[in-house]
Amino acid sequence: MSVALEASGLGKRYGKRWALEHCSFELPTGSIAGLVGPNGAGKTTLLHIAVGLLEQTNGSIRILGEQPGSASVLPRVGFVAQEMPLYKSFTVDEMISFGAHTNVTFDLPLARHRMEHFEIPLDQRAGSLSGGQRAQLALALAFAKHPDILLLDEPLASLDPLARREFLKILMEGIADSGATVVLSSHLLTDLERVCDHMMVLARGRFRLIADTNEILKNHKVLIGPRERAGAISGVEQVLQQTTTDRQATLLVRTNGPIIDPAWMVNQASLEDVVLSYLDSRSATDGPEPELHAIRTEVAR
Amino acid sequence: MIEFRLEGRSGIAPYLQIVQQVKHALRLGMLRTGDQLPTVKEVVGSIAINPNTVLKAYRELEHEGLVEGRPGVGTFVLKGLDGPPPHAHAALRRSLLRWIRNALEAGLDHESVEALFDSTFREAAEEEIA
Repeated sequence: MSVALEASGLGKRYGKRWALEHCSFELPTGSIAGLVGPNGAGKTTLLHIAVGLLEQTNGSIRILGEQPGSASVLPRVGFVAQEMPLYKSFTVDEMISFGAHTNVTFDLPLARHRMEHFEIPLDQRAGSLSGGQRAQLALALAFAKHPDILLLDEPLASLDPLARREFLKILMEGIADSGATVVLSSHLLTDLERVCDHMMVLARGRFRLIADTNEILKNHKVLIGPRERAGAISGVEQVLQQTTTDRQATLLVRTNGPIIDPAWMVNQASLEDVVLSYLDSRSATDGPEPELHAIRTEVAR
Repeated sequence: MIEFRLEGRSGIAPYLQIVQQVKHALRLGMLRTGDQLPTVKEVVGSIAINPNTVLKAYRELEHEGLVEGRPGVGTFVLKGLDGPPPHAHAALRRSLLRWIRNALEAGLDHESVEALFDSTFREAAEEEIA
């Protein structure tokens, strides 16, 4: 398995506060990973370290097997920063030319062709583009580098639902062509659910869950049954969330085998429910530190 | 050509939804031998999902001998899906009938039979795929 992005014991401290702590993971080449977490969880910090805009306090990180920010790796890394910063007074074509001048590898015709395709006039000022158009331009600039890995920081946050769906279509089409690895940070779980094959759940500077989404769906269930039997259930590895009435218990659990006890009704847990349970502070502090699922699933292309 | 749709809240893995939709189309004759499935790029461009998901679904269908990927050309239907032969149907029906009688005798009502069938079926389907 080749690894596109890997970290080991990575940490970043701002003054006394650790924005990121004990981060270790391996992201297989070709995966599309959703980086999920509330505001302030450390998502932007991690992405900035990965592209070389920030330096970590401790630990190590490799992107495409190299040191972030090194001259040999930069042309292979695409990054779309939060809010998609563009020079407002530049025209679309000037932004594209600027990209071509500042990047060793830049596919100028591709970027212009994309703008034509989306009917965005090349002479329009970047400042007067709609949210959706800005996103298209930012994506066109990122794809024109033909990156091997593309990191996007909250690209969906400023878009309305229609523009979000459109953005994801274009992004996925681009990936289908290029086979690039993608890390996409967002707090919009339903959008990520469609496109991501890996989930990286970050809360208060630490990873709570890193896993293949199919594995997540397979290993998490919602059990409904009698409260007095909610103790040890065969097949349950850990109870992540529990709500009870005087008689009934509803449990969101991680399983390590089939649940055969007929007292429990077994339902599929949605990805959103599972991710939220790992983000939930109670399940993160009360129980033992959730063990990180190793992400070793091969992504074949 | 067929189109896929993705049910976000079903809890069924997206690649499995595509597999099921192709099989459904094969059963109903909307896809026939020799038909081409939409390309990966067409699928992701129409429903905004992960290209790996489509690839995984197509590999699964290929593994089952239903479709064939021709490098650089596309993915094509190898054979349609017919139901089981009539005599197999009748035998299965008889054993199901026996089972249902047992369940009713044990005190299960219609809904609990359905619930039990659904959850057991899901378990079996998951095991088969895993």
